[in-house]
Amino acid sequence: MKKLLGSRWALGAALAAAAAFPFLAQAVEQPYLVRVAGVIGLFMILGLGLNFTLGYAGLFDLGFISFYAIGAYTTAIAMRAHVPAPLAIVLAVAITLAMRALLGLTILRLRGDYLAVVTMGFGEIARLVINNLDSLTNGPKGMQVRPWRPLACISPDPNVQYYLLILAGVSLAVVASRRIESSRVGRAWVAIREDEVAARLSGIPVREYKLLAFTLSAAFAGLAGALFALWEQFVTPESFVFWESVLVVSIVVLGGMGSIAGVLLGALILVGLPPLMQWTLSAEWINYRYLFFGLILVLATLFRPQGLLPSARRESELSS
Amino acid sequence: MSEKAPAMLSLDDVHAIYGKKIRALKGVSLEVRAGEVVALIGNNGAGKTTMMKIIAGLLKPEKGRVTFQGRDLAGLPPHRIMRMGLSLVPEGRRIFPRLSVMENLEMGAFCRSEKDLSREYDHVFHLFPVLGKRRCQLGGTLSGGEQQMLAMGRALMAAPKLLMLDEPSMGLAPVVVDKIFEIIGLINKEGVTVLLVEQNAKRALRAAARAYVLETGMVAVAQDAATLLKDPAVRKAYLGLD
Repeated sequence: MKKLLGSRWALGAALAAAAAFPFLAQAVEQPYLVRVAGVIGLFMILGLGLNFTLGYAGLFDLGFISFYAIGAYTTAIAMRAHVPAPLAIVLAVAITLAMRALLGLTILRLRGDYLAVVTMGFGEIARLVINNLDSLTNGPKGMQVRPWRPLACISPDPNVQYYLLILAGVSLAVVASRRIESSRVGRAWVAIREDEVAARLSGIPVREYKLLAFTLSAAFAGLAGALFALWEQFVTPESFVFWESVLVVSIVVLGGMGSIAGVLLGALILVGLPPLMQWTLSAEWINYRYLFFGLILVLATLFRPQGLLPSARRESELSS
Repeated sequence: MSEKAPAMLSLDDVHAIYGKKIRALKGVSLEVRAGEVVALIGNNGAGKTTMMKIIAGLLKPEKGRVTFQGRDLAGLPPHRIMRMGLSLVPEGRRIFPRLSVMENLEMGAFCRSEKDLSREYDHVFHLFPVLGKRRCQLGGTLSGGEQQMLAMGRALMAAPKLLMLDEPSMGLAPVVVDKIFEIIGLINKEGVTVLLVEQNAKRALRAAARAYVLETGMVAVAQDAATLLKDPAVRKAYLGLD
């Protein structure tokens, strides 16, 4: 899989297949699958985002979904103020980045479990603020988002339009991740993970580089949030509960921390599984999805602690 | 003797406390002048590594001043101190095991702004030809001696004016230690000032011009290395000779 993803041709073929997918689903009259695939794509973007914090910098974050929320709500509020949609997306990314940088500046002196607890707290606070700041967010009633129909020339179906937009987002996230990973910055993150003291003695500004990884995560969350809000045309605090943060963490851990292909696979499995169960078994099975998540994670911990598709470097870190 | 030369590095009454009670340094003052090799010897727990960490900016002194080339280092993070030309090769080498030799060296040059580092790489491979042969190998697959060389090479990538080495001979075969000390001499000839911490006092005193003996957080003796080598008390306590 890794080698496959490594070659340009295979990547192009995968992309072409993914782009053809909604038209295929429509042809076999399963348009529901396009929606499912779109949601999987959103979580791929989120997973690749969290991968910067969790995979590259090795920082635990249990409140990541709050930045998805900030992206979604920024878009909703911007759309309400009649900002053009593309600009709303840019705004969502910028504001999410700024909030994340502020949070990082204050909490990155913490480590490990403490950081996890504080990020979890931030996630809850963010949700509660959104829930109670009626004047800006319309509180628990949620916000309508003015419809935006991009790519109408390709397909009249908004699900297909957004699926294609999300696919573009995933591709962007993959390319950005690969570029940064194989740059000096990416190697500095490896060095920091391996030996923080040695990294500091090598002249790497460790604090700044952790903050960089932590902050960059938010660009992806902001983008995913914006696409989500525009697609759904509705945002409510309910969409951004703690469980969703856990889901994103699980995606990264299951797939393999620091592994791009792993994160994509993790999202495909964990987000794709419930609808798949619903579709193949019966609607009732959806009630047992947490049970299956638990099972998958326990099995993965037992048999593949390094993740399904670990990055080469991470694999050796965990095996020694 | 360059008695009048201004100090490149000076510590003035430096105190350090671990936690609340353990006083690792109780007022250390010392000087390193440009071009020298200075050795710092002492037993386990004498405070040698603590002192190195304070100079490199990893620890904050409880009290006292550290100045490098006339600038107070108080509050500066390690990467800023490195940029001024002061590098520490840490105890236990601490190379990055899952980065290649080249990547390890690249990290060492992190504080530099130059894009083209080929001269620095060439210099390191000239001093340590074995690293040149292993440039694509992962750091963790090198032998102990090669790792020590890599750690030194990594520090040299920053083109330091003062190179501090913490226990460079630790855990290495005598023949490798010879090689390491030979290269320390070479580096010094190229104009790099060296501050050397060693438990292997004999080697350190032979390599150095001057030495400080640290005992329970204080400088017990400051002398010419040659004189110290002949000092009966030092011979007994640190060299295991009568």
